[in-house]
Amino acid sequence: MSATGIGASVKRKEDFRFLTGRGNYTDDINQPNQTYAYILRSPHAHAKIKGIDTTAAKSAPGVVAVFTGEDMQVGSIPCGWGVNNKDGSPMNEPFHPALAQGKVRHVGDQVAVIIAETYSQAKDAAELIEVDYEELPAVTNSEKAIAPGAPLVHDDAAPNNMCYDWELGDEAEVDAEFKNAAHVVSIDLTNNRLVPNAMEPRAAIGDYNTGTGEYTLYTTSQNPHVIRLLMGAFVLQLPEHKLRVVAPDVGGGFGSKIYHYAEEAIVTWAAGKVRRPIKWTAERSESFLSDAHGRDHISHADLALDADGKFLGLKVYTKANMGAYLSTFSTCVPTYLYATLLAGVYTTPKIYVNVKAIFTNTVPVDAYRGAGRPEATYLLERLVTKAAKQLGMDQVAIRQKNFIPADAFPYQTPVALQYDSGDYEATLKKAMELSKWTEFPKRKAEAASRGKLRGIGISTYVEACGIAPSAVVGSLGARAGLFESANVRVHPTGSVSIYTGSHSHGQGHETTFAQLVSETLGIPLENINIEHGDTNRIAFGMGTYGSRSLAVGGEAIMKALGKVVDKASKIAAHLMEASPEDVEFKDGKFTVAGTDKEVDFGTVALTAYVPHNYPHETLEPGLEENAFYDPMNFTYPGGCHICEVEIDPDTGTTQVVGMTAVDDVGRVINPMIVEGQIHGGLAQGIGQALLEACEYDDNGQLTSGSYMDYCMPRADNLPDFKAATETTLCAHNSLGVKGCGEVGAIGSPPAVINAVLDALHDVGVQDISMPATPQKIWQAIQAAAVLAAAE
Amino acid sequence: MPSVSMTVNGKQVSGTVEPRTLLVQFIRENLHLTGTHVGCDTSQCGACVVHVDGASVKSCAMLAVEADGSTVTTIEGLAGNADVLHPMQEAFRDNHGLQCGFCTPGMVMSAIDLVNNNPTPTDHEIRDWLEGNICRCTGYHNIVKSIAAGAAAMKGQKAAAE
Repeated sequence: MSATGIGASVKRKEDFRFLTGRGNYTDDINQPNQTYAYILRSPHAHAKIKGIDTTAAKSAPGVVAVFTGEDMQVGSIPCGWGVNNKDGSPMNEPFHPALAQGKVRHVGDQVAVIIAETYSQAKDAAELIEVDYEELPAVTNSEKAIAPGAPLVHDDAAPNNMCYDWELGDEAEVDAEFKNAAHVVSIDLTNNRLVPNAMEPRAAIGDYNTGTGEYTLYTTSQNPHVIRLLMGAFVLQLPEHKLRVVAPDVGGGFGSKIYHYAEEAIVTWAAGKVRRPIKWTAERSESFLSDAHGRDHISHADLALDADGKFLGLKVYTKANMGAYLSTFSTCVPTYLYATLLAGVYTTPKIYVNVKAIFTNTVPVDAYRGAGRPEATYLLERLVTKAAKQLGMDQVAIRQKNFIPADAFPYQTPVALQYDSGDYEATLKKAMELSKWTEFPKRKAEAASRGKLRGIGISTYVEACGIAPSAVVGSLGARAGLFESANVRVHPTGSVSIYTGSHSHGQGHETTFAQLVSETLGIPLENINIEHGDTNRIAFGMGTYGSRSLAVGGEAIMKALGKVVDKASKIAAHLMEASPEDVEFKDGKFTVAGTDKEVDFGTVALTAYVPHNYPHETLEPGLEENAFYDPMNFTYPGGCHICEVEIDPDTGTTQVVGMTAVDDVGRVINPMIVEGQIHGGLAQGIGQALLEACEYDDNGQLTSGSYMDYCMPRADNLPDFKAATETTLCAHNSLGVKGCGEVGAIGSPPAVINAVLDALHDVGVQDISMPATPQKIWQAIQAAAVLAAAE
Repeated sequence: MPSVSMTVNGKQVSGTVEPRTLLVQFIRENLHLTGTHVGCDTSQCGACVVHVDGASVKSCAMLAVEADGSTVTTIEGLAGNADVLHPMQEAFRDNHGLQCGFCTPGMVMSAIDLVNNNPTPTDHEIRDWLEGNICRCTGYHNIVKSIAAGAAAMKGQKAAAE
């Protein structure tokens, strides 16, 4: 292993600019003659707009323009994935306006934009806009939304508020398994709605060049090319060559910055109208009301087992809250990223899943770190632990009994996926060792001597990422391909620029990708630059989400590097007067087998650009190659998370005292970065399990709309993590990589809740919902005590 | 409109501001020092922490006029034009204490104030101190490690100077 190649914990190239305050985030950018936008949002969850009077606002100090939905007649903000109903009919897909058209459907819905010389002037003028609302009854809970008589979010465009009623598997076939079962274990649970809360609020700057007719959008995006396509082709009808989208440094995404948002279209469109640049930056309270939320499932599941605890069949019924409109990826999250994962790491032979996606008067819900896979894992791992309890089995033994064995790969699940590799026993064993599982009873007894309830919880999981094979997702309703592109440009003196369609917003691509180049070309990291985030500089890209950057974007880079080495070898062969087949390339040097002839990479690069002595008859000058890579399959990271908690029964406060994660993420390029990604995922998983609640009241007001109400994990809520990897290689890509961005958030929530329930078992508490706040736990302890006293 | 003047990163600066202008707005918009970030609107996240007269302050919770006559250090003032990282910045890089970098300037400024007041903080004291700084990327594990390492390095640097 070289010091800068694959497997080295290289310090990050991007850190210097971030540590010195020289990053370049969207809100840091200013254009000459720039104006500022403030978006007036609906204070009501559901209302008709009978009229909007903007007269006073338009004449307020500094105001340049005010636009409403009446002015902005553009296309619907599109959804990127069509899902069909059980009967084969297409889903309901109501119009999604950039600015409200006669009706508002959630608190925070965009009603008008005010553009002024300063942000304060725009915000002040917004106070002068009079909107005549006729309030309508609202519904925020998905179960209530499909009950008879519920308010209709989209009227006739979505009867019963149903987006789709979808299924996977044959219900009758699974029912037959249940008839033979010795045991049936059932569970009802909620996967709590979350707000992603990347620390950088979303921002967008629209700019129109009056000389060339070109538009530029600077935006906080994980995928600028996708935004160019969605906004250009569907909303504003701007062709690609007249629209540039730049996503500069982006301060965290976690999924929330994948989607095409109304504000991007508003500032771009309005910049053409006012013929000046327009900047919009969300305030945090706006982020809560306009960034796509995550999760929000209500599920019932039944697991059939034989007398020995072997799983026979699984039935899952889920109601997924879509919010008021269909965000870009919303529809595939509870279907193809959720139902297809319900085999988990187990050999369950028959599975049936029914998912109803439902409109409500809430902020749209879409992918948030893990997207569908945390929901599947939470359901399965709560259910399996419950089954162990109900059958009187050990919770580890029941898992081992049902694991897909390490020699069974490739393994075809009954829910469409084919796992290519994994070793669930290995990750389990290592996690049990690291967490000192067998010594837990001693720790529990010691905690009890201090009056604390101590519990341990486990979760064994698999996920599907590296999205995704285009042909497969196309057959499932995706309206785009999910390949990635890369361009490798070797400069005359041998330094290299990589242009990647992946986008880094904290993941450290500028370092990891550079390690791939250093390893392949044998050149130092300081001679390598990774460029991303600009549609004018990068040929194409599908961006970063679903832990795809290395497994798809990295593979595209490897493919382009392979082409560079091929061409460079031919140039080297010419220089060494050898046959190209005899040329070998290693550690940055071309040699001819069996001779002492040698030429270095820099000389070849210079020859390509100063082709005085060059094989013009067979090769073009220059050394630059493009590649597009479309994966053969998803990748399947998996592993085991073990959580240990101590609960104070007097206050209900939970302290996470141990969090162990052993994940198989395939080959690790930079262990330091991988560990950091896992830490971050664990924090979000613990946050979901214990702290974070996105809640609406019955009127549709978001009651957790700021950092004073929504409990973000702080440093003192979290323990030191024990994170380790255990590797099986991905079988279908050249690097053997799987992906590490989401595993932490996927595996951990059920481990935490299983630990909490283990701790509370002795005081009679059987169930708790996420987030397991001190109040909820305290109340559960009191209720159990009352019940026990009554018995 | 009132005018304010202060010393920022060793330079005398002045400007005219609306009375409601926050210190962070003055720093970002008037001085174009965009390393100080705004991550919330309720003074919880700490992305905007700077030093005012030597102590850490959330610059979103102070009016520019309140800082009139003060000495302010922002993240840009630590390494200076020589591009030599402060030991705390170096420690964050060495320990992978940052990912997206958005909360980082506030974290670093806050950490330096902690160590100025408590040169050898325990992990528990570090976690406790970070109550006012939110990071969504790192899970804090490596931030705690970074601050402990930064504290040791600052102590070493101080000892070397004495």
